[in-house]
Amino acid sequence: MEYMEPSSQPTKTTMILCCECGVPIEPNPSNMCVTCLRNHIDITENIPKQAVLHFCRNCERYLQPPGEWVSAALESRELLALCLKKLKGLKAVKLVDAGFVWTEPHSKRIKVKLTVHGEINGGTVLQQVFIVEFTVQNQMCDDCHRTEAKDFWHCLVQVRQRAENKKTFYYLEQLILKHKAHENTLGIKPLHGGLDFYYANFNHAKKMVDFLQYMVPVKVTTSKRLISHDIHSNNFNYKYTWSVEIAPLSKDSAVCLSKKLRQQLGNLSPVCLVYKVATGIHLIDPMTAQISELPGQMFFRNPFEALCDPKQLVEYVVMDIEPIMDKDRKHIPGTGHVSFRHVLCDIWVVRSSELGINENTIHTRSHLGHLLKVGDYVMGYNLGEANLNNTEFENLSADQIPDVLLVRKCYADRQTRSNNRNWKLRHLADEATDERSKHDFHEFLEDLEEDVDYRKQINIYRDAKKALPVDSNDKQAANDSVPHITLAEMLEDLALDCEDDAMGEDNADEGAGAEEI
Amino acid sequence: MALRVQFENNDDIGVFSKLTNAYCLVAVGGSEAFYSVYESELAETIPVVHASIGGCRIIGRLTVGNRNGLLVPHSTTDVELQHLRNTLPDSVKIQRVEERLSALGNVIACNDYVALVHPDLDKETEEIIGDVLKVEVFRQTIAETPLVGSYAVLSNLGGMVHPKTSIQDQDELSSLLQVPLVAGTVNRGSDVLAAGMVVNDWLSFVGMSSTATEMFVIERAFKLNQSGPAVLGRAKERAALIEGMS
Repeated sequence: MEYMEPSSQPTKTTMILCCECGVPIEPNPSNMCVTCLRNHIDITENIPKQAVLHFCRNCERYLQPPGEWVSAALESRELLALCLKKLKGLKAVKLVDAGFVWTEPHSKRIKVKLTVHGEINGGTVLQQVFIVEFTVQNQMCDDCHRTEAKDFWHCLVQVRQRAENKKTFYYLEQLILKHKAHENTLGIKPLHGGLDFYYANFNHAKKMVDFLQYMVPVKVTTSKRLISHDIHSNNFNYKYTWSVEIAPLSKDSAVCLSKKLRQQLGNLSPVCLVYKVATGIHLIDPMTAQISELPGQMFFRNPFEALCDPKQLVEYVVMDIEPIMDKDRKHIPGTGHVSFRHVLCDIWVVRSSELGINENTIHTRSHLGHLLKVGDYVMGYNLGEANLNNTEFENLSADQIPDVLLVRKCYADRQTRSNNRNWKLRHLADEATDERSKHDFHEFLEDLEEDVDYRKQINIYRDAKKALPVDSNDKQAANDSVPHITLAEMLEDLALDCEDDAMGEDNADEGAGAEEI
Repeated sequence: MALRVQFENNDDIGVFSKLTNAYCLVAVGGSEAFYSVYESELAETIPVVHASIGGCRIIGRLTVGNRNGLLVPHSTTDVELQHLRNTLPDSVKIQRVEERLSALGNVIACNDYVALVHPDLDKETEEIIGDVLKVEVFRQTIAETPLVGSYAVLSNLGGMVHPKTSIQDQDELSSLLQVPLVAGTVNRGSDVLAAGMVVNDWLSFVGMSSTATEMFVIERAFKLNQSGPAVLGRAKERAALIEGMS
């Protein structure tokens, strides 16, 4: 403790005797010498000299009262701030300096040296240096406690698509990966019919739900379960669950629209195809190439099931094709937008299983005129002979139902395409193992290959296991017509589990290159 | 001799008592312990009078007096004045003063020959002081404060002033007063001297918290260690001598 000179010092003062010990001193407000002042007054008496810091060993964070946990290194600014906050009486004095005194890191003691100025009776300012010893006590933080107790999620987002055709769901998975919407999740669990996303934080879960609502047509229902509550402080602890149901329609499904809906969508034919599912459900009428978008909200007001799913597709052979020119079409007022990317055509097909047996070609119209030529294989729904259980469909007259609804062109067989595929997608959860799901997923991959716009929205990675075509001409020459994804559209997958150093460097280089793409 | 006293657990005994060479006033309603200290020391030589001024017990700050007289403020009631007249010796003139600064004890410091007064004191009051107390009056400040009565304590043999009084001021004051002056404290470092102590030529009472060093300084300053009531006689001789010389 040292005595601080008062600022207004008289020019010439007398000496008085210190009232305690009789030492001659210059008069000061307390008229005591420094030694006696120190004996009498301790400005730090209201400041505790020992305190406790709580430390979580698992996440190495310190408790900042009341409920925050902060990470701070030993002898860091943050830790000093934390220590000073722990001291109660510091407000009464003026803190001039604070610093750590070195202690063994494993001693669980932190010593802080403080210099304070305090004013005592009559305006004398005293400076005093003292050491406060903090004891570090272990206390598990709430987060770690929850993790240990296997009770760490607060919010659950259940994403489900209850349909045979799961392409929308696969597409959504890729969107989530591309937009990193799953970043804050605690865990993802594949469940029957969809995925469960677990969150610790309400806001993160809400963000995920918002993302889903923005990306695909969904219906969200919220529920909460009371876990515990404190009647005194009016605190309630809930677990929230969002059930996000994706519209059960996917690309290539056929739908049968109700009369009311047809009118709302611009007089579409009753039987339409889903050609894209984004924020809304995009429908195309294969008879007129007329397109329309069914918004998700409108769908969920009057939900309906798909009429046919891609597993009911039958292979046909194109026997003859005649494009219908725009001028030849009938223009009925009140009809909606007609697609310019599809070419309407009259087409005569035969089931490929009956090729050469049955000479009777089936006539239909199709929107695939831009893709098909004579001799091509094409997949379609055999509506004329199919046994369909759909109330809307049963009400239709026979002339409203086409015999065959052509859906998409069939390129080389699935095995060849799968073998030639030199790209891959990432997955949120483990890949499906059953045969049915695998088949669906391969169809989704083929869709990506066939539609540029579709794959623009997602990340495609180069498959390092498949060799690149040595000469870009030789492979393409073989199956020229088969759509494929160019190398420019692919990203390099970053593999961190490399076995040797040389491989690691190799990958790192490739990764850097991919960034430019 | 200096004695430690406490008035109702309060160290500021100069507020509740007034001591001169001819009489001693003590506040009414105090504890017997307080009175007994005064009476055991003074009863044989001078009267110890229980008094109040305007119903207040802070008589030490409201009155000023010496061997020759006593001045009381205008708040003093007639009954109180009559009581004082009845109990004080006939040689002591008592006068009520119509002064705006009614805490006379705070604005006037005096011994039997000279008085230091607040610079703003009325002219009439100054004349009354000269007439009743038979002193020479000087308008002064002590340690740059005008409350001379609070920050200076005088007897005929010595004086004590505020600790911040510069040596130059002390020299000037002691040549005016013709007594040696010492800067000091009372009641463990308190600079309000007149509140913490009362003194006459042979005896001093100080607050209970005064330290040994302070009592030592006080005894030296007022030359209390060699004196007794006999000093009074010497002082009378000295007064006669001074009067003779002038």
